[in-house]
Amino acid sequence: MNKEEKKEFSSLPPSRPHRKGPMGGAEFLNVGEKPKHFSKTVKRLMNYLKPYRIGLLIFLILAVLSTAFAVLAPLVIGELVNVFFDGITAATEIGIKIDTRAVISLLTLLFILYALSSLFAYIQQYIMAIVTQKVISNLRVEVGSKLSRLQLKYYDTHTNGEIMSRILSDVDTINNTLQQGVGQLITSTATIAGILAIMLYLNPLLTLVCVFVLPVSAVLMKVIVRKSQPYFNRMQKDTADLNGFVEEIYAGHKIIKAFGREKRAMNDFEEINESLYEAGWKSQFLSGISMPILFTVQNIGYVIICIVGCLFVLAGSMNIGNVQSFILYSRQFTQPLTQISTVVNMIQSTIASAEHIFEMLDEEEEIPDQKEAAICLNPTGAVTFDHVMFGYEPDKPVITDLNLKISSGESVAIVGPTGAGKTTLLNLLLRFYEIDDGRILIDGIDIKEMKRKDLRGLFGMVLQTPWLFNGTIKENIAYGSENATDEEIIRAAKAAYADAFIQKLPNGYDTVINEEASNISEGQKQMLTIARAFLSDPAILLLDEATSNVDTLTEVCIKESMAKLMKGRTSFVIAHRLSTVKNSDLILVLNKGKIIEQGNHAELMEADGFYAMLYNSQFSSDNLDETFHQTEKEFLKRK
Amino acid sequence: MIKYLRPYIPMIAAAIVLVFLQCLTQLMLPDLMSKMVDNGIIGRDIDYIYKMGAYMLILTLFTMVFSTAANYFTSKSASGFAQDLRKDMFEKINSFSIKEVEKFGTSTLVTRTANDVSQIQTVIMMMLRVVVLSPLMFLGSFLLMLQKDVSLSLVVLSFLPLIGLFLYLVTRKIIPNIKKMQDRLDHLSRTLRERLTGVRVIRAFNKEETADRRYKEANEDLTEISLKVNKLAAFLFPGMMFLMNMATLAVLWFGGRQIESGDLSIGNLMAVIQYVTMIMMSAVMISFVFLLIPRAQVSVRRISEVLETKTTIRDPQNPADTDASQTKDTPAIEFKNVSFKYSDSEQEILKNISFTVAPGETVAVIGGTGSGKTTLVHLIPRFYDVCCGAVYVNGTDVRRILQTDLRQKIGFVPQTALLFSGTIAENIRYGKEEATEEEILKALETAQALDFVKEMENGIHSYISQGGTNVSGGQKQRLSIARAVVKRPEIYIFDDNFSALDYKTDANLRQALKSEMRGASAIIVAQRVSTIQNVSKIIVLKDGEIVGIGTDAQLRQNCGVYKKIAESQESTKTQETAESQENAEAVL
Repeated sequence: MNKEEKKEFSSLPPSRPHRKGPMGGAEFLNVGEKPKHFSKTVKRLMNYLKPYRIGLLIFLILAVLSTAFAVLAPLVIGELVNVFFDGITAATEIGIKIDTRAVISLLTLLFILYALSSLFAYIQQYIMAIVTQKVISNLRVEVGSKLSRLQLKYYDTHTNGEIMSRILSDVDTINNTLQQGVGQLITSTATIAGILAIMLYLNPLLTLVCVFVLPVSAVLMKVIVRKSQPYFNRMQKDTADLNGFVEEIYAGHKIIKAFGREKRAMNDFEEINESLYEAGWKSQFLSGISMPILFTVQNIGYVIICIVGCLFVLAGSMNIGNVQSFILYSRQFTQPLTQISTVVNMIQSTIASAEHIFEMLDEEEEIPDQKEAAICLNPTGAVTFDHVMFGYEPDKPVITDLNLKISSGESVAIVGPTGAGKTTLLNLLLRFYEIDDGRILIDGIDIKEMKRKDLRGLFGMVLQTPWLFNGTIKENIAYGSENATDEEIIRAAKAAYADAFIQKLPNGYDTVINEEASNISEGQKQMLTIARAFLSDPAILLLDEATSNVDTLTEVCIKESMAKLMKGRTSFVIAHRLSTVKNSDLILVLNKGKIIEQGNHAELMEADGFYAMLYNSQFSSDNLDETFHQTEKEFLKRK
Repeated sequence: MIKYLRPYIPMIAAAIVLVFLQCLTQLMLPDLMSKMVDNGIIGRDIDYIYKMGAYMLILTLFTMVFSTAANYFTSKSASGFAQDLRKDMFEKINSFSIKEVEKFGTSTLVTRTANDVSQIQTVIMMMLRVVVLSPLMFLGSFLLMLQKDVSLSLVVLSFLPLIGLFLYLVTRKIIPNIKKMQDRLDHLSRTLRERLTGVRVIRAFNKEETADRRYKEANEDLTEISLKVNKLAAFLFPGMMFLMNMATLAVLWFGGRQIESGDLSIGNLMAVIQYVTMIMMSAVMISFVFLLIPRAQVSVRRISEVLETKTTIRDPQNPADTDASQTKDTPAIEFKNVSFKYSDSEQEILKNISFTVAPGETVAVIGGTGSGKTTLVHLIPRFYDVCCGAVYVNGTDVRRILQTDLRQKIGFVPQTALLFSGTIAENIRYGKEEATEEEILKALETAQALDFVKEMENGIHSYISQGGTNVSGGQKQRLSIARAVVKRPEIYIFDDNFSALDYKTDANLRQALKSEMRGASAIIVAQRVSTIQNVSKIIVLKDGEIVGIGTDAQLRQNCGVYKKIAESQESTKTQETAESQENAEAVL
């Protein structure tokens, strides 16, 4: 399906692109996208974790233990300082005598705490790596297999970029959160809880000083965020403007040159650039200010602890080691807090991502095939449309009561401008979309009763923008007919006039079509897809005529091979030139999704309707679209 | 790249000095604290404690002032740096010839101007904020620690190479795997894209299972490597922490013995423990630089590539006076033995082309795709330079004319119509900046665009969205013709612009153009033989060579390629077309 045709159905607006902040440093100030059904999505996400609950339980225990050990360490250091202090105060004439046994046992304890904390942290992260990668892999597989079952409607209403971002970026967001966020959340919470408990145990009053730092810094942060937000918004807007402007100017480079507009472009650019600079440095400055402010508040807390701590020591209500521990704890206190706030933001956007993925997983699927399906054994290609009704949207039928009887070997031409829904019949015949009412019969068998696989096997397709995959030419021709011998492949290529150019390629039939398929021309691609159709030898053909991308000589070749291909097969041709339509057995004229006229050339000319006017007006323009619109205007005038 | 930092050296220097001061004040806190403990507690002097406390508070405030001021300078210099760099990038790319733009590709140039520059900006910011701070912090803590106790400092110092070695070993294992992971992610995304673009073909050919299998394989590959990377990364942080904690442990052990021998006071030990944390943290930060630098390096390289590219098409030193050499008989355009190839390819796109266009003459160029038609007309406004031979405009080699002067003479209509976001009037004024509304309307009328423009809500002030998506292909084409017409140039270049129009519009357009173009020369690239039959000179190109020059009748006689093109087009037509064809023919 080519892009142009695809647009026909995309009534839904494209989703907001995922844009990362261009100035990475200040992301913590930006709140991510908010999910719609938070708890529901969380529950569903949990289901993916369920199979690994034992691993996760171990992870949780280890995380808490590792944190606990780390939190206990400063307490032990404090004890050590006390031992030293006691040694000094109990100093005799001989000198200071420190209780070495106490020191050794405390140091051993400290070593064990540190070692276990690190060991557990390692095991915990190791477990999480395994769980995360398994969950993520499963999720990707699930989304991937969903792609095979989705209705075609989904593809027509979503851009490729959108679907790609579901499967790649959204999954990746979940990946990052599981890998790092969850662990951080648990350890940070545990750290805060642990530190608080120990500090309270050491000295409730000093704890109060420490905790008082929190609301103060929270309020200050809030003020900064509020002040800098407008600059961030402006910076984002300016960045987008700059991007758009630059993109346009670079793409129009030739025009800029041809019309000597370099200076004007430079002036416009500098204007945007200056504005971006202003917004840029101000937002950076304001967000950068948060660090020194937090630091200062923290330092003030530190100073107060020192003073009050010393006073307590003098008053005898606290020992020096405890003051030391306290200082170490108060330093560790703020980091987990900032970490938690980042993780909370992270989790929010993760749930939003998960929601996107679940939405996709919940999309309607193709109706499963009937168990006892009919098989069309020797297809002749007779097609009947019996009172067919269809609409892409439930209340907007584009086909109301279509009745066609196409005998084996007949050709049907479909005429209409871009956006008229020319691909609708193709969509219905291949059961990419299901009809709302009526029946479509092939050789007397209702296509609904056939397996999709069998049904689609009856057709051959040549599309306007040929689709080739990253593989050899041979593989591309044999696509859909895997058992073909080399001889058969070459015979098909010859029939499609493709053999000559393939022979000229350095590796002949084994030439690999590169990713963008840029190593062969548009016309050659077209020929390859025709060869593909020859090889599959279908009963019914669906063809889309080549556009003016191809030069006239190649076009003649393509036309001839298409004619050869159509011989003896029922064919549906989306026509881009009226000249080719004339000899068809049946012509369908489409406009705005509806069939406005049908019949063969003589009948339609006789009827003297739209087709006759179209045919008589500006015949043989290369561009049917323009002609069609002109005729439409005149047709309405005549009425 | 350094060059761009130069104007900001005073600011950066100020920032560094401020960061240094901030560092000092920050470092003095544990020192004061140790004094507070040693003299205040042990000496039981409450006033001393208050005094030290007050000092500490003052220091804290200084720290804030210093770091805020430093932040002001870093923000300003990093943003200013980015602004300058962006400006130069834009200017440079603007000066590029078509060749250079094509060599890079538009999208990467956009990324380089916008994303890569801000990437570097971020890194500079980080450098100034964190990276400058860390070595200072490191050094400062170390000096102060030395002052407190030399042997303890040596103990701490001995841990640093250990930490360095550890980081080196782990990252050396991780980094190649991260690269591999990126490759496999790319592979997955390619597989996915292929699956999405081909969804109809895949379903029509019943190949969903194969497509799904390929995707699953790509996913497995990716999962395998990311598992490896994450398992390795799990080692990094705990290992680091362990080594740092061991340093503290060593300090406590040796510190205890120092105290015992009376060489160290309790307060100093407490200060040293705090310095150890600071030193270790700065060591981690410094290693962070090594992660940042490669990231910035890639961007720097991508930007330098652009800035270092020399424009191949430059203005002449002594431009010729274009009108001096011109006489009545001088051809408006002349190609003399012109050959052309793109620098990176062997194949010649144009071979030994010679022809002239007399003043006021219209010449048509016809040929299959890839025959070199577009390249040929691109040589006239000097989008490219020839390899051999020369292109003359009004008798002067185009390489001897200032580019702006040369292009001023030419009204160019490109093959794919390209409009800019802005109103229709603004777009037309690309041709002539000071064009009046009347002139614009006249140009639109000539280009057969007046009807549909009038139908639009705001007439010529209607807005064209980016890429011109809100007008049809044919309409875009006509607007781009109007843009050239408003210029009233001496030479018109039409690069296959009429095939998107229907015959009636085509005929009217040609009629209107004919009277508008009076006296001007024109060169028209065409697809349809029928539309150029009345032109006095047709040039037939095949594989970059002229295989025929002459009128329609002459070429039908003696040019096989022309005959083949003509026949292939006429065979599909029926008699009914004759009428409309005549219309079109009559005009030219």
